Formats: sequence, C-alpha cells, structure tokens
Amino acid sequence: MEFLSERARQKLKSALLILSFFVLWEVACLVFKVSEIVLPRPTVILGALWQFFPGIRPHLIQTLYTTLVGFALGVGIGVVIGAVIGVSRVAYDTAYPLLVGFSSIPKVAVVPIFVLWFGAGTTPAILTSMVICIFPIVVNVATGLATTEPELEDVLKALGAKKLDILWNVSLPRAMPYFFASLKVAITLAFVGTVLSETVASNRGIGNLMMIASSNFNVPLVFAGLFLLAGLGVALYVIFSLIERRVAGWAMRKQDFAMG
Amino acid sequence: MMAAKPDTFVPALPPSAPERARPLISLEGAGITYGRGANAVEALTPTDLDIDKGDFVALVGPSGCGKSTILKLVANLIRASRGHVFVGGREVGAERVGIGMAFQNPTMLPWLRIRDNIMLPLKIVEPFRSEFRAKRKTEFRDRAEALLEVVGLKGFGDKYPWQLSGGMLQRANLCRALIHDPALLLLDEPFGALDQFTREELWAILQQLWMDRKPTVILVTHDLREAAYLATRVCVMSARPGRIVADDAVPFARPRTLDMTFEPEFVALTQRLRGLIVDARTGKV
Ligand SMILES: Nc1ncnc2c1ncn2[C@@H]1O[C@H](COP(=O)(O)OP(=O)(O)O)[C@@H](O)[C@H]1O
Ligand SMILES: [Mg+2]
Repeated sequence: MEFLSERARQKLKSALLILSFFVLWEVACLVFKVSEIVLPRPTVILGALWQFFPGIRPHLIQTLYTTLVGFALGVGIGVVIGAVIGVSRVAYDTAYPLLVGFSSIPKVAVVPIFVLWFGAGTTPAILTSMVICIFPIVVNVATGLATTEPELEDVLKALGAKKLDILWNVSLPRAMPYFFASLKVAITLAFVGTVLSETVASNRGIGNLMMIASSNFNVPLVFAGLFLLAGLGVALYVIFSLIERRVAGWAMRKQDFAMG
Repeated sequence: MMAAKPDTFVPALPPSAPERARPLISLEGAGITYGRGANAVEALTPTDLDIDKGDFVALVGPSGCGKSTILKLVANLIRASRGHVFVGGREVGAERVGIGMAFQNPTMLPWLRIRDNIMLPLKIVEPFRSEFRAKRKTEFRDRAEALLEVVGLKGFGDKYPWQLSGGMLQRANLCRALIHDPALLLLDEPFGALDQFTREELWAILQQLWMDRKPTVILVTHDLREAAYLATRVCVMSARPGRIVADDAVPFARPRTLDMTFEPEFVALTQRLRGLIVDARTGKV
C-alpha cells in the first residue's frame, strides 16, 4: 500500500473495518445458526431489498420527500429563531427556557396531537421531523452568532459599523461552522421524526412498510427498511459535509483546507 | 479624512475654553463609573486631557487604572458618566472622525485572506464603502498591498491568518487599523504579546507610518521604553480610580533609533516615568 497517500490509506482502513463488521455479522449468523426471524444475515437482507425493491420504492420516495420538507422547514424556522436569540438578549432569556422545555418532550407524544389536528398521513410526519430538528439548529446558530471577540467588535464599532455590518461581515460567517454541525445532526434527526410518525399514523413511508412487514414476520424486509434509512441518513450527511467543506472549510483541519 | 468643513464649524466648547488652536481631542472633566449601586467601580476620576492634531500620545500607568477606558471614551464605545469628550471640536459621536483601532489580540477573521482582512474597514467606512464593489479588485487591493509592503508583509496578502506568526499578525493588525487613512489611531497595548526583537522592529515601522501620515495617535502601553521611543508626549496615570498625574513632552529628535534608547537622557526619562508609576501603584501620588 506504499503507493497510497496517508489519507487514502486511512480511508481504506476504515472501509475495510466497516466491511469486516458485516462479514462478521454474516459469519456469526451462519455459525450460531441464528433464525431469520430473529436476525437475518446481511446477504439475506440485501436479497430482500432487491426482491421487494419495486414495492419499496414509493415508500422510499415518500419518506425522503417527507423528511426533506420537514428538514427544510425546521432549518428555516430554526435559523430565524436562532438568529433572533443570538442577537437579542431579551429574546434569549424568553425563548431559551421555552425551547429547552419543548425539546425535552418525547416526540412520540406530539405525533398523536398532530394526527388529531391534521389527520393521519404526510402532514404529521412532516411536522414531526420539523419539530425534532429545530432545537439543535437554534442552539448552534445562536451560539455561533453570539461568539464575536469583544476586541473585534470594538474595532468595528469604532469604524462606525452598524449592527447589520457586524452581523453580515463577522457574525454570520463565524456562525457557519456551528450551523453546518447542526445541519448534520438535524438531518439524521429528521429521519427519526418522519419514521416515528409513519410508524404511528400513516399508510405510506418506510416506517409504515416496516410496521407491516414486522406484523407479517417478514423480518428481512424490516431490516431492509432499516438499511435503507441508514443509507439515506449517511448519504445526506455526506452531502452536507461536502457543502460544509466548501462554505466553512476554514474551521476544519487547517492542512486539509490549505490543499483544498 | 475628516469630514469637517472649517467654515461651518460650530464650536461646542464652553466659553471658558482658552483661545488657542483647538485640540483634536479634548476630555473635560470626563469620568467613568462602571456598574451601579453596590457594584459601582470608579474607573476614571474626572479628567482633563487635550490632544493636538498630529500628536503621538502614550498613556502609561498601573494595570486597571483606566487606560483602555480613555481609549473607549475617545472612540465613543462608552459614554462618559460625567463631563464631556470632544473630538474635532464637537461632542464625541456628533461627527464622523476616521478612527483606526488595534488591540493586543490581532482578531483577524480566519476565513479571510490577510489582504481581505485588512480591507475590512473599507467595506464599512465611507467614502470607501460605496465604492467597495467597484474598486476592491483594483485600487483598494493595491492600497492593501502597498500597506503590507510598508510593514514588511509583502507577498503575504494571499495567506490565511493561521499561516502567519504572532508578529506578522500584529503587522497585519496595524495595516487594518490604517487602511482607511484614519485621522485618529487608537492602539491598546498592540505589541504587548510580542518578543523584544519583533516589538522593536514594529516600533520603527509605527514611527515611520506616523511620520509619513501624521495621524493623531493614542498608544496605551506598559513598556516605558516603547512610550518614550514612539511618543511626543507621555501621560502617566495613577492607580484606579485613574487620573493623569504627569504629562511629559518627549523632546528627542525624529526619526528616533534604538541606539538612542540607551543614551543617558532617554534612560533618565524612562527612569523618571518608572518612578512615577511605582509611586502611583503604591498610592503615594
Ligand atoms: N465593562 C466594565 N465593567 C466593570 N468594570 C470595568 C469594565 N471595564 C473596565 N472595568 C474596570 O475599570 C478599571 C479600568 O479598566 P481599564 O480601562 O480596562 O484599565 P487598563 O488601564 O488596564 O486598560 C479596571 O479596574 C476594570 O476592572
Ligand atoms: Mg487595558
């Protein structure tokens, strides 16, 4: 492996480790003769995924759509609340306790309320994924905006800078790394919210598919659903990481940034 | 840089002010008390201080005596609890005077190249602000490069702050404070964190910049050699609550050299200042 760079070698190593996890799973199931009703082997799961894919696809699209809409709404609302809280002391003192209280509520508990208001289906799923991803975004945006060095603020105010100048030139760029960190958390949470709601009150989506599959004892299909969710989560996480590298790369490891 | 039009000048000074060339900066009984009630801290006793245009004043004194507070008053970052602060003949804040500020912490923005960091004031201060989009790749860029060359950072404009040493960042910090050609330069212990050699190099650069551009400078420092090398006037402050206990002119010819700082008159001056500060700390003054 001498011809590979240090980084490439590291990536190869972690890829091999991940692969060996699945191999171990496969082998363990075979050696201990684990029933497919309990824990199907990865190959069986992939087989089920392949076999049922035409049926799964609309559910997959439904879940992806619901999650992305909920996520987008959550980010929009989260950024606005975070920005207000980050720049205004009064807003901070008022909204923070409310938000902490709200985010402590288990989201399973709000799904029935949404169903009551909007009926079963897509709307409660969107709303659940939205509310679940608001909090981390608010906290991170507010923190990012509030951390300007006092000396820099003095330098700018002495120049006659308005609040908006400081926000635009200093606070917003500085908040970007925090914002992206929260996006990566929020997108995975958004999936949790969607699937939760789909499981409880919907006739479409991966959550619903898994419910039905488990009541039919089609355990490989249940796991196929899990694999898909994990795959989607990872894919979106990677997408946001790539955007993050472009927009807020300065906050990452400096050597990488210098080369990129 | 100053937008003042002499013919429409409205004197805001009280009639008792002496008739002479109006100082650029004038503190009249200006005092500051931070906090209120039981937490009130008197940082600056009512103080009078006049600074002429083009002067280079060093403020020295024990730590916590209100040196930074005076800078903040002049920059209109805080309001005087008592008395008045006049800049350009009018109450501070009434008129936009170009101000450049630099602290010990260079606070370069990590996501901008050094060149863009030092061009930041041009994005904010008029008349540069309205021309920024049009000129940032041409005239303003050249302006930044020229200034970088003066402080010995030629060719570093493309670098990011983390690629520069502390001394280089402080040079860039000086550039950022001067890029908009301010009438008033406020420096709060700018070289405090640097090693002796870098510091002395920067003294020479700052002296040169001041001689070329003649801004009015207030330099807060705890290094008495630095004060005597750079300033035309050294003001010594007492321990908190601060007041000015001595105000010495520094007569040495310009440009001053490092060798001069070892000559007897220079050493005598710094010794005298040291004595004053020691007395101020122990409360003898
Ligand atoms: N924002 C503030 N609130 C309360 N006290 C302050 C504040 N800023 C400065 N002080 C106090 O005022 C005194 C003078 O501060 P400063 O002007 O920063 O001193 P220095 O001469 O060291 O620059 C210090 O004792 C400091 O503790
Ligand atoms: Mg200070």
